[in-house]
Amino acid sequence: MFRRERCISLRGSAAALCNNLSVLPLPERNLTHFGVVHGPSAQLLSASPEGVSLAQRQLHAKEGAGVSPPLITQVHWCVLPFRVLLVLTSHRGIQMYESDGSVMVFWHALDSGHASPVQAVFARGIAAIGHFICVGTWSGLVLVFDIPAKGPNIILSEELAEHQTPITDIATETAQGQDCVADMVTADDSGLLCVWRSGPEFKLLTRIPGFGVPCPSVQLWQGTVAAGYGNGQVRLYEASTGMLHIQINAHARAICALDLAPEVGKLLSAAEDTFVHIWKLSRNPDSGSTEVEHCHGECVTDTQVCGARFCDPSGSSFAVTGYDLAEILRFSSV
Amino acid sequence: QLSHRDAAPGPPGLWLPRRQGSSPTQLASGTMSLRTLPLLFLNLGGEMLYILDQRLRAQNIPADKARKVLNDIISTMFNRKFMEELFKPQELYSKKALRTVYDRLAHASIMRLNQASMDKLYDLMTMAFKYQVLLCPRPKDVLLVTFNHLDAIKGFIQDSPTILHQVDETFRQLTEIYGSLSAGEFQLIRQTLLIFFQDLHIRVSIFLKDKVQNSNGRFVLPVSGPVPWGTEVPGIIRMFNHKGDEVKKLEFKHGGNYVTAPKEGSFELYGDRVLQLGTNMYSVNRPVETHMSGASKNLVSRAQESIAPNPLAKEELNFLARLMGGMEIKKPSGPEPGFRLNLFTTDEEEEQAALTRPEELSYEVINIQATQDQQRNKELARIMGEFEITDQPKQSTSKGDDLLAMMDDL
Repeated sequence: MFRRERCISLRGSAAALCNNLSVLPLPERNLTHFGVVHGPSAQLLSASPEGVSLAQRQLHAKEGAGVSPPLITQVHWCVLPFRVLLVLTSHRGIQMYESDGSVMVFWHALDSGHASPVQAVFARGIAAIGHFICVGTWSGLVLVFDIPAKGPNIILSEELAEHQTPITDIATETAQGQDCVADMVTADDSGLLCVWRSGPEFKLLTRIPGFGVPCPSVQLWQGTVAAGYGNGQVRLYEASTGMLHIQINAHARAICALDLAPEVGKLLSAAEDTFVHIWKLSRNPDSGSTEVEHCHGECVTDTQVCGARFCDPSGSSFAVTGYDLAEILRFSSV
Repeated sequence: QLSHRDAAPGPPGLWLPRRQGSSPTQLASGTMSLRTLPLLFLNLGGEMLYILDQRLRAQNIPADKARKVLNDIISTMFNRKFMEELFKPQELYSKKALRTVYDRLAHASIMRLNQASMDKLYDLMTMAFKYQVLLCPRPKDVLLVTFNHLDAIKGFIQDSPTILHQVDETFRQLTEIYGSLSAGEFQLIRQTLLIFFQDLHIRVSIFLKDKVQNSNGRFVLPVSGPVPWGTEVPGIIRMFNHKGDEVKKLEFKHGGNYVTAPKEGSFELYGDRVLQLGTNMYSVNRPVETHMSGASKNLVSRAQESIAPNPLAKEELNFLARLMGGMEIKKPSGPEPGFRLNLFTTDEEEEQAALTRPEELSYEVINIQATQDQQRNKELARIMGEFEITDQPKQSTSKGDDLLAMMDDL
């Protein structure tokens, strides 16, 4: 059971984007950072465990030619072995900041060279794996940036060209010490999922085709890919083979966010139907197959949810953002 | 089944010819989908016509005059040159710029509206379409909403085959451009529209009465009814083995009360759209009030619009000049008596609304005189000059008035 906690006010409402909430728990400082995209600006704030907002900052996409200020598509904290960077993607390019958003350490402008006049050009989909940060783009290309332990000397080391439609989301999981294990999944607007193994050169392991519906959000947990689709379904696949294990008719509208509490294998799904559901993933020790159990459903009344995240790795609390809502809603288990 | 005469090379579905003199980088920048403007314009225009039709009847304007007003506006909206400009891939411009286009449209005939009534009209139009976009079951359903508006528009002009043909042409163009878009592209269009409508919370009495809007201005999102076409009713978990066979089926309590979608709406020229969104909710004589208090509290987004630098204004003027240059406003022939339409119940109410409109909701219609661009200024002045600006007596709706004035501040 979860109860509503005190909500945190935002300066600007959340935009109707997918995956529109990033959370960075800082237990050693008794703080949590939140990041939400408003439109042309993104808001970062840090809050106490009671939900009191302690510091706020607004970031903007770098200006450029065009009629209106460029829109931000996503903001996300990337936790690397030696540092944490905040990545911001927009219709102009990719900006990377120190984790509190105070200093921009890197800027990468998007190349719109092959775009037709009708195509929107943007970056979207952000994840960290090892000492890399991977960012997706409108063309389907996934850019791999090599991040040094400190300083701004960030290099574009590889471009992964498997997808043909705009990238929606990227998920990663630090491999459990074994080799040949999938540690990254990329998803796109056509619903195609690509499973990768990171390294000095990224290797494509599996392709999981779509079925005519976008896959706005994806997660990876212990060799299982969890994908949320535009038709409200959550599907669980074996990462190494692409085999479909489970299909959940989870929501009545497009899914906008998935999140994982890796310590306990809890999966959170949120959709435009105003619902947030929490699921428990497990591996059957005898059959080895993935199983799922529904734990909890929360109706966020009259709110088109656009972002949802667990606030701690054990999944005992989560936060939600909604389109047009200038608040971060919080829930914690009782 | 669709012709792609002017197809340019590129990914499937992106066949539109390149606009002369502009580079891809210039066009594909800033905002999201570049195909959103026609949908925005046609749906807002459709709502405008519903409201004007209702007010014309409520104010007992003679049927022939009312018909002429609607015919003139529809004919201007669907004018070929205008539609050509509209369908070019481009960004969504500001609410200011768009509002200016509707001001001109509303004055395309013998009818005129005071600022307060025009403000109210625009409020109603925007909140209605925002509601429709938000409640679309699938992103693609925004096309069905558009078709609902077009179907109703055809109902207004049944006796005019020329205008009917123009509307059908637009229908065909919509089908050509949007018919082959993917679900992902429609999702981007939906997101673009929602960003455009972000933070608008004007309370509309007809919405409050029907319980589709809460007293805080937010729309009700029902958790019951049919699921979108292509979605299954939530509540089932299916498990599969290595061979792909379903081995187990479980149910879970999802919290809503959904049923299967009965059938898919038709995207043909004629057909049952199934979806009610976009149909005329004013067809019964219902008063259309809006409530201003507590409507728009968000200051961040407002600030963003008002500090728009000069280059923005210049681009917007270019857009307006191109778009409105394509509008062929018919000059009234002969001594056709004009009239003033009031969106409020009395003149006093209208005056009161003008005085009490909150600062943050003022639409700040673009002041052409204030711009630096002499070239654009001249061209727009020429376009505007098609109207003779005469001084209107302010106290009553004089039926003997001739030509109508454009907005005072142009």
